[in-house]
Amino acid sequence: MTPAPERTVLRLARPYLGRLVGAGLLAAGTELAGLALMATATWLLVTAAQRPPLDALTVAIVAVRALAISRGVLRYTERLAGHDAVLRIITDVRARVFGTLIGRPTPPADHRSGDALSRLVSDVEAVQDLLLRVLVPATGATAVALLAIAGTATISPAAALPLAVGLLVAGVLLPAAATALTRHTADRIAPLRGALATDAVDLTQGAAELAAFGATASALDRAAGRARELARLERRLAVAGWALDGCGTLVAGATAAAVVITALRADVDGVLVAVLAVGTLTAVEATLALVGAARQWSQLRAALHRVTALLLPDPPATDPAVVAADPDRSAVEHPGHTCEIDAVEVRYRDDAAPALDGVSLDLPAGRRLAIVGPSGAGKSTLLGVLTGALRPTAGTAILDGVPLWAYEPEQRAALVGGLLAEAYVFHATVRDNLLLGRADATAEELTAATATAGLDGWVREQPAGWDTIVGEDGAQLSGGQRQRLALARALLAAPGVLVLDEPTEGLDPAAADRVLVAVLASLAPDRSLVLVTHRLRGLDAFDEILVLDGGRIAQRGSAVELAGSPGWYRDQWQMQEAAERGYLALAP
Amino acid sequence: MLVGVPRAGRRQGTGAPVSRRPFDPRLLRRVPATRRQLLALGSLGVIAAALIITQATALATLLAAAAGGRLDRPALAAFVATVAARALLLWAQGVVAARTAATVKATLRTELLGAVGTRGPAWLSGQRAGQIATLAGRGLDALDAYFTGYLPQLVLSVTVPVAVLARLTFADWSTALIVGVTLPLIPIFGALLGWQAQAATERQWRRLSLLGGHFLDMVAGLPTLRAFGRARAQVEVVRRMADGHRVATMRTLRIAFLSALVLELVGTLSVALVAVPVGLRLLGGGLTLQTALLVLLLAPEAYLPLRAAGSRFHASMEGLTALDEAFTVTAPASAPAPARRIPPSAPSELRFDAVTVEYDRTVALRDVSLTIRAGERIAVIGPSGAGKSTLLGLLLGFVTPTQGRVLVDGVDLATVELDAWRRELAWVPQRAHLFAASLTDNIRLGRPDAPLAAVHAALRTAALDDVVRQLPEGLDTLLGERGHGLSSGQRQRVALARAFLRDAPIVLLDEPTARLDGAAEAAVLDATRRLVAGRTALLVAHRPALLRDADRVLRVDGGRVTELTSVPAAAAI
Repeated sequence: MTPAPERTVLRLARPYLGRLVGAGLLAAGTELAGLALMATATWLLVTAAQRPPLDALTVAIVAVRALAISRGVLRYTERLAGHDAVLRIITDVRARVFGTLIGRPTPPADHRSGDALSRLVSDVEAVQDLLLRVLVPATGATAVALLAIAGTATISPAAALPLAVGLLVAGVLLPAAATALTRHTADRIAPLRGALATDAVDLTQGAAELAAFGATASALDRAAGRARELARLERRLAVAGWALDGCGTLVAGATAAAVVITALRADVDGVLVAVLAVGTLTAVEATLALVGAARQWSQLRAALHRVTALLLPDPPATDPAVVAADPDRSAVEHPGHTCEIDAVEVRYRDDAAPALDGVSLDLPAGRRLAIVGPSGAGKSTLLGVLTGALRPTAGTAILDGVPLWAYEPEQRAALVGGLLAEAYVFHATVRDNLLLGRADATAEELTAATATAGLDGWVREQPAGWDTIVGEDGAQLSGGQRQRLALARALLAAPGVLVLDEPTEGLDPAAADRVLVAVLASLAPDRSLVLVTHRLRGLDAFDEILVLDGGRIAQRGSAVELAGSPGWYRDQWQMQEAAERGYLALAP
Repeated sequence: MLVGVPRAGRRQGTGAPVSRRPFDPRLLRRVPATRRQLLALGSLGVIAAALIITQATALATLLAAAAGGRLDRPALAAFVATVAARALLLWAQGVVAARTAATVKATLRTELLGAVGTRGPAWLSGQRAGQIATLAGRGLDALDAYFTGYLPQLVLSVTVPVAVLARLTFADWSTALIVGVTLPLIPIFGALLGWQAQAATERQWRRLSLLGGHFLDMVAGLPTLRAFGRARAQVEVVRRMADGHRVATMRTLRIAFLSALVLELVGTLSVALVAVPVGLRLLGGGLTLQTALLVLLLAPEAYLPLRAAGSRFHASMEGLTALDEAFTVTAPASAPAPARRIPPSAPSELRFDAVTVEYDRTVALRDVSLTIRAGERIAVIGPSGAGKSTLLGLLLGFVTPTQGRVLVDGVDLATVELDAWRRELAWVPQRAHLFAASLTDNIRLGRPDAPLAAVHAALRTAALDDVVRQLPEGLDTLLGERGHGLSSGQRQRVALARAFLRDAPIVLLDEPTARLDGAAEAAVLDATRRLVAGRTALLVAHRPALLRDADRVLRVDGGRVTELTSVPAAAAI
């Protein structure tokens, strides 16, 4: 059972509670000043009609002016104080939402980036609205309602009764109705907006495919259908919502009329009857702010639930051993690292066949290891174990004497990592993308890494050089350039154990050979390299080659040994060699 | 630490206009459905003004009588009746305004996404998915505040002051004079203070857009951030961006709220200016209490709608800015499209006639002349970035030649109905996009009505059937925007299955076997052979195995295309 999202938000708001309470008090002050202003002004006029000496009115005249000015000033400070407090809370919320996304090992299947965008930009605003448009005005309205009833009761207890009824309708009944009427529809609006955002991403990022396959029209139809459905819901919401606003006006007028009748019957002084009537109108109108607040609140709930779901810490999945393990910092700086993987088994689901089954390997410092095998053989899973992203179901994966998963993520990344599948290129400059590998890299190191990856020529050709901005997910780069950039970044990171998953993918064979040779030459002799590849060329420089198949090690040995013994490796080697010799002979 | 790109190189919205009128006349032209609704809003505004006068008159009469201890029943009845009428009117106004907002949003959303579709992938390259998603989502939702909050107030700010002035002139002309003189102060002060707030809001809006884009980028790249141990450090960047948003917003608000304060004070002091002489005249017996009360109740009403419109204008400016951005993005392309001809079906010849393609920074193809005859299988090789994909882009109609022509049976592709032409094509791109739909629907992209048997056949030929068996819900498995749940090799095979199902006479393959393993590649190559059999095919190849079946091999390097004459010896194997 998750706690109410409002409670989570309030817990987050605790450091800023002083600011929030201050804003609430200012809101109450503003409303009271407004009420007092109208009441005093009415008293002034009605009294003046009875022609008293001017002195009798002086205090009231001063009070009217003071109230008029203080209402404006109070409202100004209330708004500023409220917004400032809320925006501070929002900053925390945004960072926490991102932090939670980081903590989730793999995004759930329905977690789409367009949806995530809608979440941060729009749902987070829901937290802002909850505090600013629900909590603060509700405080002010409630204070006014209570004080108005108390004030009326001192003049005429009989007139206080219809006022209390009117305020109850305006402040409790109508808001409750607003909540009930809009909640159902509001719950359906947020997912529709998310779906529309996903449509927008599909229509933009998939525009080429949609056009080529003549599917643009139907995708547009779907998105337009969603937009229409959203409009339909919004219209329905408006009919119910504005009916309540109409009722609010009606309640204000009816209450004022009832108060006048009651007060006259109770023989209240004529001057005070007028004051009560005008005061009642103002008080009920102020209390009607609760209807708006309730409507806001019910519209926000779905979004609030989703935001707070992202704010709640996941149940602790960490092993106590994680805390206990404290790898020596100097070990990171130390050049040689040894890694041992022993009888590792990984199952993604209990009822499924293991993705890795009894895999063992040894990586002393300076080892060059290649992993090959058909797709689905478990290569990515093995890399996941090796980089600590996956914790084996059975067996051990130990780096420098400490289980891999027990390292702090940042420390582990410095020890083992590199170019992994789905490497992402950020919408940032070439330099910033590279510096992600190592933040303190020098210009020489940048140049060296790009030269090894074969990207240095391209960088030089760009007018903006290192400051060239690459599009979202490297969309403004060709596939090969993108891959080279990701490779250069991995080389720059230079972890103790460098892992490269298909580093030459998307490059033509000659370029792929050149890059692999350059990478091997650039590697310090005490650093280890783990290469996953489908290309068997250039593997003779490796100490050991593992052939994975069906999650098990099918064959292992040097390139010469494997090429000489029957199996998947020899078949592939022959096929690729034959095809490639023909190709290379062809290239002028 | 990676900090997205807040500045440099990116087109920010599109040349935001310096001054913004409270109403965008393009609305009437671009969304004709709003005309009637806006007319209704205007009429309701006139009725509202009349009701305000009636209610104040009735209340003043009622209270003047009550002050004497007497209940004026007709006045009470009139008061209650006008209150009821105002309640009904408020409801009608709200409903009409909300309907207008919903209509405009739905229309603009459709047009916005439609522009994305019709202008094609080339136009999109400079725009970011995140920014368009923000505009189509939250950006346009800001129009609610404009239509339901601001616009009705704008109408009232015309009708109510006029009605109030008329009623006051009738009741007490000296009061009417003071109100008439002080009223214009509100729009004058509003204009003076409002423009500053406008500029500030525009800046804030851009930051919000950027924040959206930045976050999408960060979430999409989370696995990479994790791999380099930078994910947690980026939390600080997100916090910094959000804090920057706060500081910018507060700066805007300080000015926006200040202008509201000034307007409120102008209104209040003007009422005081009216009230003091009225009170003195009451004391002197020169005025009845009923008139005095009427003045007290009506005078603030004259200032109120102007002030409300002013203060809501700030709140609605986000909406107006989004409206402007949407109109700019969806503005019809400047040059009217030439008459589109129906392209020849199953053409016998494709010809590049001295084609040059220039992009912003580079020349992708230089003076390429080339003829492809029906049934030819042509492999295209060359280093990455040499212009191979541009060659395919030209045939797809994504790229138009800077110079020269692409001819289909002698018909210039630039004059051809592109959708009809693309029915002749099946395309496997370098990085296939997976749509947020089921696997079946992803494969049926080019043939939504294809029978399930055909989908299964395509799956088998693309060597994807094993993959389907491993998916939790098989063919019904939903695929995320970026293809969550599928490896890049599997994604590539989905693209191949799409092409198989498309069953078009011309096949364009952009490295179909990239990201594939040897075994999978062998399966896909087999399938590719079946696909290209009897069709015209242009295959961009990085992998030698594709060359075996090629009739001709083209080499693209530095934008120039040369033909290799010998067929690889390996083809004999």
